[in-house]
Amino acid sequence: MLSSNDAATAPLEGIAAAAAPARRAMGYRTRVAVTQAVILGGFLLGWEAASRLGWIDRFFFPAPSAILGRVAGWATEDGSLWADLGVTLLETVLSFALGITGGTALGIWLGISRFASDVLQPFIKVMNAIPRVLLAPIYTIWFGLGLGSKVALGFTIVIFVAFFNTFQGVREVNPVVLANARLLKASRFALLRHVYLPSATSWILSSLRVSVGMAVLGAVVSEYLGSSAGLGHRIAQAEGVMDAVGVFAGIVVLSVFVVVLDALVDRLERRLLVWRPAPSMDAH
Amino acid sequence: MPQQETPSVELRNVAVQFGSYTAVGSMDLVVKDSEFVAVVGPTGCGKSTILNVVTGLKSAAAGEVLVFGKPLTGLNGESGYMLQQEALLPWKTAEDNVALGLVFTGHGREEARERARRWLAKVGLAGFEKRFMHQLSGGQRKRVAMAQTLIMEPRIVLMDEPFSALDVHTRRLMQRILLDLWQADRRSLIFITHDLEEAIVLADRVVVMSAGPASRMVGEVPIPLPRPRDVSALATTDAYMDLYRQIWSLLGAEVEKSYAVQ
Repeated sequence: MLSSNDAATAPLEGIAAAAAPARRAMGYRTRVAVTQAVILGGFLLGWEAASRLGWIDRFFFPAPSAILGRVAGWATEDGSLWADLGVTLLETVLSFALGITGGTALGIWLGISRFASDVLQPFIKVMNAIPRVLLAPIYTIWFGLGLGSKVALGFTIVIFVAFFNTFQGVREVNPVVLANARLLKASRFALLRHVYLPSATSWILSSLRVSVGMAVLGAVVSEYLGSSAGLGHRIAQAEGVMDAVGVFAGIVVLSVFVVVLDALVDRLERRLLVWRPAPSMDAH
Repeated sequence: MPQQETPSVELRNVAVQFGSYTAVGSMDLVVKDSEFVAVVGPTGCGKSTILNVVTGLKSAAAGEVLVFGKPLTGLNGESGYMLQQEALLPWKTAEDNVALGLVFTGHGREEARERARRWLAKVGLAGFEKRFMHQLSGGQRKRVAMAQTLIMEPRIVLMDEPFSALDVHTRRLMQRILLDLWQADRRSLIFITHDLEEAIVLADRVVVMSAGPASRMVGEVPIPLPRPRDVSALATTDAYMDLYRQIWSLLGAEVEKSYAVQ
C-alpha cells in the first residue's frame, strides 16, 4: 500500500518540475529530473527483483510488472476498465462540482455576513466533526447503491473544504481595498465580483486542489463499501478473492487518475493567477 | 470675497468622537470652490478624521457639515477620496484599476478603459496600461491611484497624505504632476499632510490643526505665491521662508504639545 503510493508520487513531482519555468538553470532541472528517475527506477527494479527472487512474498507483494500487466490487461483485453473509470469519473466530477459550488457560495455568504456566520459557525463545526466516511452507510440506505449515494458522500466531504477556504479568503480581504472600492461607488454585487471573489481566488484554488483528491476519495470509498460499478468496486472485488495484484492495479489506476485531475487544476490555477508576482523568485 | 459664493465644503463646529474619545473637538473649515487647501497638524490630531467626515464615512457627533450649501447625509457623492494606504486591486491591470469607478457607476467596459488610458497618459504612465500592480514602482502605483480618483471628476478632491510613503525625489515628481493636473482643471481640493514644505508649495491656504485629543483649527495662513508654481525652485525664495516661519510659529507649539501628551 505504502510502497505503491511512493511509486505514484514520484512521477507527480517529475511533472511539476518539468512544468515549472525552465528559462535558466536547465542543468539544475535536469539534475533533479535524473535523480527522480533514478529513485523511481531503483525502487521499481528493487521491488521487482525482490519479488522475483522470493525475498518478499509474491502473494502479498506482487511484482510491479505483474501489476502493470494487470492494468494493461484491464485497459486493452477486456476493456472493462474504461466503464469503471467512467463511472468513478462521473461521480467524482459531480461531487466535486456540487461541493465546490455549495462550499464557495456558503463561504462567501458567511464571509460577508457577520450575523449569518456567528449564527451558523457552531453548527458547521459540529457537522465538520463527524467523520464523513461513516456517512457512507446511511447514504447507501437513503440513496441506494447507485450514483446518488456516491455523489452524496463526495459532496459532503468536498463542501467543507471549499467552505473553509473560501470563508478564510473572503475574511482576509484587505479592508483598505474594500473601503476604496466603496468610495468608488461599488454596489454589493460589484464588490463581490471585483473584490471579494478575486481576492479569495487563491484560497478557492487551493481548496480545488484538496477537493479533487477528496472527491475521488468520496466516490471510491463509497463504491468500495457497496456498489455495482466503479474503481472502488473493482478493488473491493479483487480484495474479496485475495487478489493482491488486482488491489494494487486498482490503486495505480486511481493514482494516475488523481494526478491527471491535479494537473488540470494546476493549469487552471496558473491561468487565474496571472496577476501574481512570479513565485520562482524565492524558489531557491 | 467680492461675492458670497457657496463654498464647496463647510464645517461648522464639527466634533468627532470614537466611543468616549473625542478626536476632534470643534473644527471650522471653509473650502471655496476650486480652492486648494492643505491641512497640517501634529501626528494623531485627527487630520484623516476630517476627510472621513467630509466624505461621509464618519458622521459628526456635533456641528454641521455642508457640501455646496447642503447638509451632508450619507456618503458624499461630490467627493473623490485618495486614501493614504495602498488600495489598488492587485488582480487588475493599471487601466482596469483606473477604470474601476467608471465600471462601478455603470459605464461600458470599453469606454471606461478608453478613458482610463487617457488618464494614465495624463499622469505620465502611457505604456503601462497592461501592467499589474506588482510590476509598478511605489510612485507609479500612487499615480495610478491618483488617476483612479480623478477620473471620476469629483468636484471635491480629498487626499490623505498621498505622497508620505515616497522618497523625496518621487514626492517632488508627484507634487509636480498633481499641480499640473489641478492647474489644468481646478477643483476644490483638501490635502492632508504633515510636511509643511509640501503644504506651502501646493496650496492656496494652509490650515493648522491643534494637537489631539479634541483638536481644533488653530490658524490658517493664505499662500499668495504666484501660480503656476515651480515645485523645486520655490523652496529657496524669501517669500517661501517667511510663510514657513509664519506657519511654524502656529504649528511648532502644537507639535511640542503632542509630544508632551505621548
